[in-house]
Amino acid sequence: MSGPMVKAEEVHKRFGRLEVLTGVSMEVQPGEVVCMLGPSGSGKSTFLRCINHLEKIDSGRLSVDGELVGYRQAGDKIYELRDAEVCRERAEIGMVFQRFNLFGHMTAMENVIEAPIRVKKVKKNEAVLRAKELLERVGLADKLDSYPAQLSGGQQQRVAIARALAMEPKLMLFDEPTSALDPELVGDVLDVMKKLAKDGMTMIVVTHEMGFAREAADRLVMMCDGTIIEEGTPEHFFTSPENERTKQFLSKIL
Amino acid sequence: MEPATATPGAAPSPVRPDEIRAIPVRHRGRWLAAAIVLVFAAVLGHSLATNPRFEWGIVRHFFLSSRVLDGLVVTLKLTVISMAIGIVLGIVLAVMRLSPNPLVSGASWLYIWLFRGTPVLVQILLWYNIAALYKSLPIGIPFGGPELTHVNVASHITPFVAGMLALGLNEGAYMAEIVRAGIISVEEGQTEAAQSLGMTRLQTIYRIVLPQAMRVIIPPTGNETISMLKTTSLVSVIATTDLLYSVQLIYSVNYRTIPLLMVASIWYLMVTTVLSIGQYYVERHFGRGASRELPETPLQRLRRNLLSLRPKPVEVAGASGEGR
Repeated sequence: MSGPMVKAEEVHKRFGRLEVLTGVSMEVQPGEVVCMLGPSGSGKSTFLRCINHLEKIDSGRLSVDGELVGYRQAGDKIYELRDAEVCRERAEIGMVFQRFNLFGHMTAMENVIEAPIRVKKVKKNEAVLRAKELLERVGLADKLDSYPAQLSGGQQQRVAIARALAMEPKLMLFDEPTSALDPELVGDVLDVMKKLAKDGMTMIVVTHEMGFAREAADRLVMMCDGTIIEEGTPEHFFTSPENERTKQFLSKIL
Repeated sequence: MEPATATPGAAPSPVRPDEIRAIPVRHRGRWLAAAIVLVFAAVLGHSLATNPRFEWGIVRHFFLSSRVLDGLVVTLKLTVISMAIGIVLGIVLAVMRLSPNPLVSGASWLYIWLFRGTPVLVQILLWYNIAALYKSLPIGIPFGGPELTHVNVASHITPFVAGMLALGLNEGAYMAEIVRAGIISVEEGQTEAAQSLGMTRLQTIYRIVLPQAMRVIIPPTGNETISMLKTTSLVSVIATTDLLYSVQLIYSVNYRTIPLLMVASIWYLMVTTVLSIGQYYVERHFGRGASRELPETPLQRLRRNLLSLRPKPVEVAGASGEGR
């Protein structure tokens, strides 16, 4: 592999008249773990959702693993991708949501095997074996047959991570994965994410968990008013942040 | 875990305080209301038992007669087929209604507008008389193209088929709105999660959204089914020998109008009862995953109540702590 996993150039996104992203440019290298910080409404989540085309961008270029997200370029013309092609792109990007979004009518096991069977056409018994492995890896070997409503928030989020990993994504996006959790449940989820980071997964994590950022992130990105105002190593952020807004923000959450 | 009565720092108290034995409040209003209800029930029961014009003997005589049973079968067939048409059509129309293509969603809107906006009795009469409008139905390429074959409308639209079409197509419009409400009730996060896994729009609807919408869709659908059972009696106007028309045919000869209407009513009531019980179990099935535990079936509840009449074993304090 050569190029960056994610490459954003001057990405803009508007909702009606509200400009949410006002030119985001960044690169994420394969195997890199990037944490995105910033006050609410700064566009972190929107940017994350643009990466797997849950939102369409209005201008700029956004590509994953060398392929434009949601579009195809031939010469100087840009074509919208067909639904099937968008689905294929998304299948290679895992996403974990703040509110877990587990399928409520399915057990933990069924949640994990659904997409491999339907989307990747994996045989059911193979999918089940793989799902057992994954659920074991996130510490839920004994919860295979539980429905989401029977699980705690932390357990649900770990199932959601296993569900995303079952598609063997090349990139994982985490949208405030621990914000909806009781404080004592945050640790388990972060542990799973740290393990994942150590195993070399490319990850973009929107989070306010500075402990995680310090320990697992290769790079931190600070967003404000729809653009990136500062980026650097965790070291840089904790010892010598430069931007005024960054300093203010960090002083509030640390 | 310590018993909940322990005060911080102190040893848990070894004796429990006495159980409260209070004198219950007297509910005079409740007694009065109960008395009034009882009086009314007695009057009604007395009249049912003693008014000779109910002619219960006639009711008994015709209750299981083959003509009534044949009529009942027609009614049940009409109910089942029309509801099946209605449900399938309803799902298709609801999915169409939510389509991003304005022509597709517009077509669905138009259908619902048309079939919900005219009385079902009128629709039954129209379908019955459709041959007056189209004598034969050509199958082939429209606007002067070659015709492959054609269907003789008059010979195919029997009263039963006319009733079935009218009831089913009308039901489709109502079911479409019920299904749409169910689909909307499913959180958007479910769709996003499915999409982020690479599932297509249709996969997302059929595998993720609809099964969860069922919880919202089933209760009104049960209602619709029960309502349909009774609405089928409208087909008596086009001489379909359903339950109502069968008893009408009998009493038009023997003039025992009231007892025969009683026969029909009792059958309608019995089928409605069976449908309500069925609805309970279907709801229970689709409720899985929605709450932590499935609700008990009436049988399970009965068993538990019988068991609880026996003396309870001593409770173990603090055994219910939930570990992870």
